[in-house]
Amino acid sequence: MSTLAVHDHGIISHDHDEHEHHYDTFITKYVFSQDHKMIAKQFLITGITMAVIAMLLSILFRIQLAYPEKTFPLLSTLLGRFAPGGRLSPEFYLSLVTIHGTIMVFFVLTAGLSGTFSNLLIPLQVGARDMASPFINMLSYWFFFAASVIMISSFFVQKGPAGAGWTIYPPLSALPKAMGGSELGMTLWLISMVCFIASSLMGGINYVSTVLNMRTKGMDLWKMPLSVWAFFLTAILGVLSFPVLVAGVVLLIFDRSFGTSFYLSDIILNGQKMTFEGGSPILFQHLFWFLGHPEVYIVIMPAMGISSEVIAVNSRKPIFGYHAMVYSLIGITTLSFIVWGHHMFVTGMNPFLGGVFMITTLIIAVPSAVKTFNWIATMWRGNIRFTPAMLFAIGLVSFFISGGLTGIFLGNAALDINLHDTYFVVAHFHLVMGSAAIFGMLAGVYHWFPKLFGKLMDEKLGYLHFWLTFICAYLVFFPMHFMGLDGVPRRYYAMTEFPAFNRWLSVNTFITWAAITAALAQLAFLYNFIHSIFWGKKSPQNPWNSTTLEWTAPIEHLHGNWPGEIPTVYRWPYDYSKPGHDTDFILQTTPYSETMSSNLPHDFEDNPAGLEHYNQWAKAQKSNEEVK
Amino acid sequence: MINSKKILSLFAAFMLLGTSAVMAQGTAAAPTETPEQMWTGVGYYVLLVLLICVVVAVIGKILKVYDLTLQLQGKKGINWNNVIGIICILFLIAGLYGAYWSLTVQGNMILPESASEHGSKIDFMFWTTTVITLIVFFITQALLFGFAFKYRGSDKRKGYYYPHNNTIEKIWTIIPAIVLTILVVFGFFTWRTVTNTTEVKGDLNIDITGHQFQFELRYPGKDGKLGIVNYANYTSSNILGIDYKDRNSFDDLKADTLVLPVNTSIRINIHAQDVIHSVYLPHFRVQMNAVPGLPTFFKFTPTITTEDMRHRLDKPDFEYLLLCNKICGGGHYNMQKVVRVVTQAEYQDWISRQKPYLTDKLKEELHLADAGQKKSVGQNRIALNN
Repeated sequence: MSTLAVHDHGIISHDHDEHEHHYDTFITKYVFSQDHKMIAKQFLITGITMAVIAMLLSILFRIQLAYPEKTFPLLSTLLGRFAPGGRLSPEFYLSLVTIHGTIMVFFVLTAGLSGTFSNLLIPLQVGARDMASPFINMLSYWFFFAASVIMISSFFVQKGPAGAGWTIYPPLSALPKAMGGSELGMTLWLISMVCFIASSLMGGINYVSTVLNMRTKGMDLWKMPLSVWAFFLTAILGVLSFPVLVAGVVLLIFDRSFGTSFYLSDIILNGQKMTFEGGSPILFQHLFWFLGHPEVYIVIMPAMGISSEVIAVNSRKPIFGYHAMVYSLIGITTLSFIVWGHHMFVTGMNPFLGGVFMITTLIIAVPSAVKTFNWIATMWRGNIRFTPAMLFAIGLVSFFISGGLTGIFLGNAALDINLHDTYFVVAHFHLVMGSAAIFGMLAGVYHWFPKLFGKLMDEKLGYLHFWLTFICAYLVFFPMHFMGLDGVPRRYYAMTEFPAFNRWLSVNTFITWAAITAALAQLAFLYNFIHSIFWGKKSPQNPWNSTTLEWTAPIEHLHGNWPGEIPTVYRWPYDYSKPGHDTDFILQTTPYSETMSSNLPHDFEDNPAGLEHYNQWAKAQKSNEEVK
Repeated sequence: MINSKKILSLFAAFMLLGTSAVMAQGTAAAPTETPEQMWTGVGYYVLLVLLICVVVAVIGKILKVYDLTLQLQGKKGINWNNVIGIICILFLIAGLYGAYWSLTVQGNMILPESASEHGSKIDFMFWTTTVITLIVFFITQALLFGFAFKYRGSDKRKGYYYPHNNTIEKIWTIIPAIVLTILVVFGFFTWRTVTNTTEVKGDLNIDITGHQFQFELRYPGKDGKLGIVNYANYTSSNILGIDYKDRNSFDDLKADTLVLPVNTSIRINIHAQDVIHSVYLPHFRVQMNAVPGLPTFFKFTPTITTEDMRHRLDKPDFEYLLLCNKICGGGHYNMQKVVRVVTQAEYQDWISRQKPYLTDKLKEELHLADAGQKKSVGQNRIALNN
């Protein structure tokens, strides 16, 4: 393919005529929309709503941890039987922890993150008119919405929502009599998750097929932005691992409701001998973590892709080591399937297996390290423009380093003996996948807000939002490492029963106030977000001077994304500050023939005809100069 | 125009929040009745937040006006790239100091030295990993925020077009790979030694059984052997389901405190009856889940007596702990046992005072069953002899 040839788009063939003459009703435009941009907005707004709910839940249990002896009459007004006398009940505390984790991991950082940005960016960045199957895409959102409603509805049942932790290990989750949260609340949790997984699969299949089949002319895989690479690999990961969780969940439903013994054996509950025999609780853990571990990469990889994009654009530099970035994503994708056992070092799994999982786990740190170094190298000698998106992307890198390094402790089976299920783990995953991924998501929101809503967000409020959230997140999670190193277990309703843990009370109070401040900082975001949708400044076509395809589409959304023909792509997405060019970015749609002065021999590696043309041009330039 | 709109919407938002604050106050009327509370009611805090919002809005407006006046005077507005760049470097300095403070102050509150033999190996591993990761932590964070400050944007510069450098990339792939290989190998062998729990003669076997929300302890009697347990034998007077057809069961002892003789190899056999629990002995670097239907075990050798540890830490009320570390229901946060490490002589004295599981009541119950069972026991023996 000669990318140098001047393409003449004389007559445009309208192969998408069917798109032009249909009229949207309110229902087909805003509710059951099949347009990927609208679905992205639906995912985003639902995701943000769920995030706010999950954040409020976390504040509730943080208050309990900070003031275990105090009563708050308002709580009993708000929560009724769940907070008798103004103190959370121990079982409701566990329900809060469970639902906070479930919502954050699945509803916010899986659906809210992938759902929003894969939907928005895959078609726009690879140059497609919509997803491969817009109808299935719509179904994907509505299954997600149903799952959200079911999950939240579990707060309104008698015994409260599921309370066995977000990992819902049986037998605790399988025996309705074991705790209040294992009754109807757990049933709703399981139903909600089945809907959620259906949604996730429909989304994932769409993302994969769109990336593989619907790229525009010239957009080969190695010309895709890293964000698309990340969404693509994330979708593959989800499609391969989520079904395993369905299997696990269905067997759990059988154990709960139909008297089977997949996970249960030799049980005496409350003095009652049960008839279950021959099952293994460890089986569930294997099934759960076979999804559960890839899941943390499902959460972090889109955030990584978004940050790679945002860092390159705002450093005005090509991403350093584009190929290494892609290969490390592929490496993480592959390895993430064979590390799940590191969640089970001390659960009774064969110790030899533990050794094997430890090796694979520590190997996965290598591609992660490469990514981190490449981000930092991208910023080196850049011309960094501090948009709020850039700050959040930098925040992601910082959290990813801090949280990633503690992963080296936890991935080591020998060290995990004493750290397993302590606050050290809480600190680790909240930094490396919680905070990092939410920062990636926020970076995406700030960066692509103009694309989503055609408006600009307020930058100053963005700065305020970033610094408050960033500092408070560190204040919340950094001290937790030391609690964990003192052996303080997670999921404890109160530390008051252990005199040895009393000295952590002041730290807990401090953490709670940092968390409350962080939560209040989100007001700056919510105000900014809502206000900008309606009253924000109108965005220019390409507000960040970015090279990628989505900014060539008109600001006003139209079904089919581009009027006329879809633009052709000629170059990779990271031609920022290329020497010899007059602006500091060159759009992917600009052919090399128009940028003679900035072309490099390297640009024609797989294009001998182009290289020859380039050499001729270079020679001519030289002789011209000699003449002068 | 935009400004007035903004102010209007702000006002509307405040009104909304204000009404909810009033409502919150209504519901919060109850708390003010209870005396001696530092909580002045929710309304107070909501108003405080509103006040902060107003202050932030005012500061925002002032900045904007300042910026505009600068521009009117023909000067450049506030250079936000510089402002944020400087905040980045300040954050780096404050953050590094904060991390240092946290490491030294809170870092001193962590568990004391390991009180078990394998634990010191784990601790050595831990400190090695800590040193390596802290070096990487400080360097990378310093580079990240240092670059953010140093290369903050300006109109005069252009970024440096530098898409890749294979040599550098190889270096920073291989170096982490080597460091991690060392840690893996080191960790793998530590893990293998810790979990190498082949039964040796002279091990003290102790059964720990978890149920909601208590641990039950079972020590072997004079014979040094624990009898078989089976959940099917469970009755209200035989809560562990001890099998009394097994002779070794007769002298098994019940205990309230996990007392361990120092410098003796201990093998704890871990059972669970209802849900998963976890036997966690943080001071000994011991943890293993208790799984219903899947007995597990952990072998370790305590090296420091409780008395000794109290002296070392200068805490006269120090106790080793056994706690549940796997979510197991509402009482999870209070499922504990005191662990005491004593000298061999003290242990012998203590064990001789423990009561057997085979209580008189249980004997009576079993005796009734014995009449029918004696024969079958005899037959079993014959079967074995054959």
